Amino acid sequence: MIIGLGHYLTLAAILFTIGIFGIFLNRKNVIIILMSIELILLAVNINLVAFASFLGDLVGQVYALIVLTVAAAEAAIGLAILVAYYRNRGSIAVEDINLMKG
Amino acid sequence: MIVPALFFYLFAGTCVAAAVMVIASRNPVHSVLFLILAFVNAAGLFVLLGAEFLAMILIIVYVGAVMVLFLFVVMMLDVDFAQLRQGFLQYLPVGLLVGLVVLVELLLVVFTWSIGPSIQQAVASPIPPLANMPNTEALGHVLYTRYIYFFQAAGMVLLVAMIGAIVLTLHHKPSVKRQNIARQNARSKAATIEIVKVLPGQGL
Amino acid sequence: MYQAIVFLPFLGALIAGLIALAGAHARYPGGTPAAGAEDHAHGPVDESHARAAPSVEGPHAAIAPSAAEEHPAEPPAAGSLPAELVTTVFLFASMLLSWFALADVGFAHHDARVSIFPWIVSGDLKIEWALRIDTLTAVMLVVVGTISAFVHLYSIGYMEEDPYRPRFFSYLSLFTFAMLMLVTADNLVQLFFGWEGVGLMSYLLIGFWYQKPEANAAAIKAFIVNRIGDFGFSLGIFAVFMMTGAVDLDTVFAQAPALTGKTIAFLGWDVDALTLICLLLFMGAMGKSAQFLLHTWLPDAMEGPTPVSALIHAATMVTAGVFMVARLSPLFELAPDAQMFVTFIGATTAFFAATIGLVQNDIKRIVAYSTCSQLGYMFVAMGVGAYSVGMFHLFTHAFFKALLFLGSGSVIIAMHHEQDIRHMGGLKDKLPFTYWTMLIGTLALTGFPLTAGYFSKDAIIEAAYAGHNPMAFYAFCSTVVAAALTAFYSWRLMFMTFHGSPHDRRHYDAARESPLVMTIPLGFLAAGSIFSGFPFRELFVGHGVGEFFRDSITFAPSNHVLEEMHHAPYLIAVLPTVMMALGFVIAWQFYIRRPELPVELARQHELLYKFLLNKWYFDEIYDVLLVRPTIWLGRLLWKRGDGWLIDGFGPDGVSARVLDVTRGAIRLQTGYLYHYAFAMLIGVAAFITWFMFGGRLG
Repeated sequence: MIIGLGHYLTLAAILFTIGIFGIFLNRKNVIIILMSIELILLAVNINLVAFASFLGDLVGQVYALIVLTVAAAEAAIGLAILVAYYRNRGSIAVEDINLMKG
Repeated sequence: MIVPALFFYLFAGTCVAAAVMVIASRNPVHSVLFLILAFVNAAGLFVLLGAEFLAMILIIVYVGAVMVLFLFVVMMLDVDFAQLRQGFLQYLPVGLLVGLVVLVELLLVVFTWSIGPSIQQAVASPIPPLANMPNTEALGHVLYTRYIYFFQAAGMVLLVAMIGAIVLTLHHKPSVKRQNIARQNARSKAATIEIVKVLPGQGL
Repeated sequence: MYQAIVFLPFLGALIAGLIALAGAHARYPGGTPAAGAEDHAHGPVDESHARAAPSVEGPHAAIAPSAAEEHPAEPPAAGSLPAELVTTVFLFASMLLSWFALADVGFAHHDARVSIFPWIVSGDLKIEWALRIDTLTAVMLVVVGTISAFVHLYSIGYMEEDPYRPRFFSYLSLFTFAMLMLVTADNLVQLFFGWEGVGLMSYLLIGFWYQKPEANAAAIKAFIVNRIGDFGFSLGIFAVFMMTGAVDLDTVFAQAPALTGKTIAFLGWDVDALTLICLLLFMGAMGKSAQFLLHTWLPDAMEGPTPVSALIHAATMVTAGVFMVARLSPLFELAPDAQMFVTFIGATTAFFAATIGLVQNDIKRIVAYSTCSQLGYMFVAMGVGAYSVGMFHLFTHAFFKALLFLGSGSVIIAMHHEQDIRHMGGLKDKLPFTYWTMLIGTLALTGFPLTAGYFSKDAIIEAAYAGHNPMAFYAFCSTVVAAALTAFYSWRLMFMTFHGSPHDRRHYDAARESPLVMTIPLGFLAAGSIFSGFPFRELFVGHGVGEFFRDSITFAPSNHVLEEMHHAPYLIAVLPTVMMALGFVIAWQFYIRRPELPVELARQHELLYKFLLNKWYFDEIYDVLLVRPTIWLGRLLWKRGDGWLIDGFGPDGVSARVLDVTRGAIRLQTGYLYHYAFAMLIGVAAFITWFMFGGRLG
């Protein structure tokens, strides 16, 4: 069967949802949250590239490249923050991060 | 015709399975490894779509750098991974419901849409056929000419991220000895050496 | 000149008041009574040097320390002497001017209308401060001015030991000012200002010794009962304004004849306008003059110092009601039903108060009930249309009743604040001057021939006989019986206080005649009790009425009471004298010849005795009927109405609901990032759903 655009988009949707789940269903540590964000960005990338491919437009790929760059930068900063936080608090268990409670 | 479909389902299925395991596994190191697997499969999908440059970039940059960074951090932090998920079940029904709602809606959008006929004229940068130019060269043709500003902006973002990461995590350990070259060079003879006339047999 | 008469007391009150405030501030610089206990000998003296009125220097430095030795707990207020002197001098000046005014207005016919300045100008309502000076006013000016001046003089002696004298004199002068504003009022609102002013000053003066709970209660009672009357009075003013469109007396009197026959819709009925107006205004008089039903405050008002009782509750404030009826005679003459009611109330009061006075044991209360009864006489006269006769009795009564009160005060001071006549006796030799002056006052009160009271009281009885009022005969009977009763209780007071043997040896030995500042007023008032009768008879009762009063009192064309009362049979004319003699004889029998008789009689008719002693149980009836329900209602409105309803649904309720909402909202702020992300996701899902199925996209 012909794999159409719809298949790729479905895949991207599923990955996106899984990433969303990962953010609020995890109870263990913050790194899972960061990884879920990566999953979401991956889903977006797949979406962009699929469209680029089926519409024959390179813009999609350029865009995906830029997204990739930003995602990498964001992952780095996120991890840096995490490290700084860990140094101050001593734990990255999600239950302990409730300083904003009120 | 069946081979591409097969490969697609292979890659897609593994990707999804790996994604589920990312959030479901207990050991965070396992989570990172599963994420790597997901990305590799996504790279495969990219190849299927004809964006091989992007696929390779995904492997080299994303997997090779970012995921390794994740691994470093996971290993560095003292993460307790043997916990049970206590409050998990409490939110599972609602969360599952909301997530499924989102998924269903996304799929609805996907399957009830249709591409308008005028889209073909709106293509900004047409992909040249593979025989004429490889994907990388095609990307290079547009990236450094039409989308130069985005390219430079991405570079700025990376610069800022680099500085930010250093600012956030750098700390001087007080016990570590280090050199201050400027201070060393600024040492003057007058401050360090003193010539004393010593008579024989007298001592200092 | 008239401004001087009215405003000199006000000025005196201000000066004395400032002295009082300065003294209070010096005494309690921190503001609390516990604070300024130290340094009282030096502080007030320094203050007084700075604050004393420049024209009057007194030996206050001598007064403060010596009195401080006598009363280590409460030093006298600094500047007492300047306060006393200033106010008394001003009052005497005002008094002399008022005599001159009486001569000027009454005899030389110089009526005046002095406008001071406009007060309220609002649409149809134009009220200005103006002094209306006619004979009626001049008579009242003399009464108020004279009695007030002598009470001021008397108080210098009576209040000698009191540490709060400046305040007292300030209040006295301020009261005089309010009363003068009342009698010189040219419009009903200004009259009401004076009316309320005297009510307020009565409250302040009755409760002068405010540390005593009984005094506070009495003051509140006086004010509240007055208020009930004032409520009727205000309604009357409103009705007048509604019917005539004005409140100044000239306009109202001019329009009064046009109002006959008009009706006002009142509580669902159509009542005659003039009758209603007069009845409502009279309700104010009932309260102010302590007539039957609104009389309960007068005996309790004796908690105040005796000079206050003499000034306010004998001569001036309580006569404000009588004056008001006389002033509004144009209205009353056109409302015969109202006049009937006035007569009825007056007659009933005359009788009823006299019966209670028979058995009272407090010297001041006897005189208070006597006042109440005599006021009833005055209203009887007003009711039958003999306004000038009522004013005559007001004039003479002021003298001898004030005399009786001040004399009682002299006795009280001599007996060192003992007020029960059962503990007195035989003071005739110890206090001769007081005895002789009080004798003259008693003779005048009972109507002994040729005293002032003889002329005025008998005139009232004759007028009641001659009156055409449906209640006139009832009034005649009541006043005649009351005459006998009056004689009885007056002589009872005299015999038990001054004759017989002393019941309290210790106080008797310490009794001493009062100082000159107290005996001079007694002497003058005694002279007034004799000489205010005969010389003025023609002007008030006889043929000189028309020329003396001119327009200040209106007599309806059908009102010939003054004429007819002179044609009363001779028997009727001597009847009051006979009653007086009867009362004297019985009193002499009871208290001189056979003193055990009253005790026997009281024991035999115990129920009647108790009934009279407890003032016909009016206080108890009012307590059950009015006071308790009012307190219950007040508490209900406070706790349920204000507390539960208004606060609960209003501020407290709103704030409590806000707290509830925030308590719920707080649960969203867990601090956990994934909760926030979850919330965002739910929001996104909701948005997508809305837009897909709601209409914009999809």
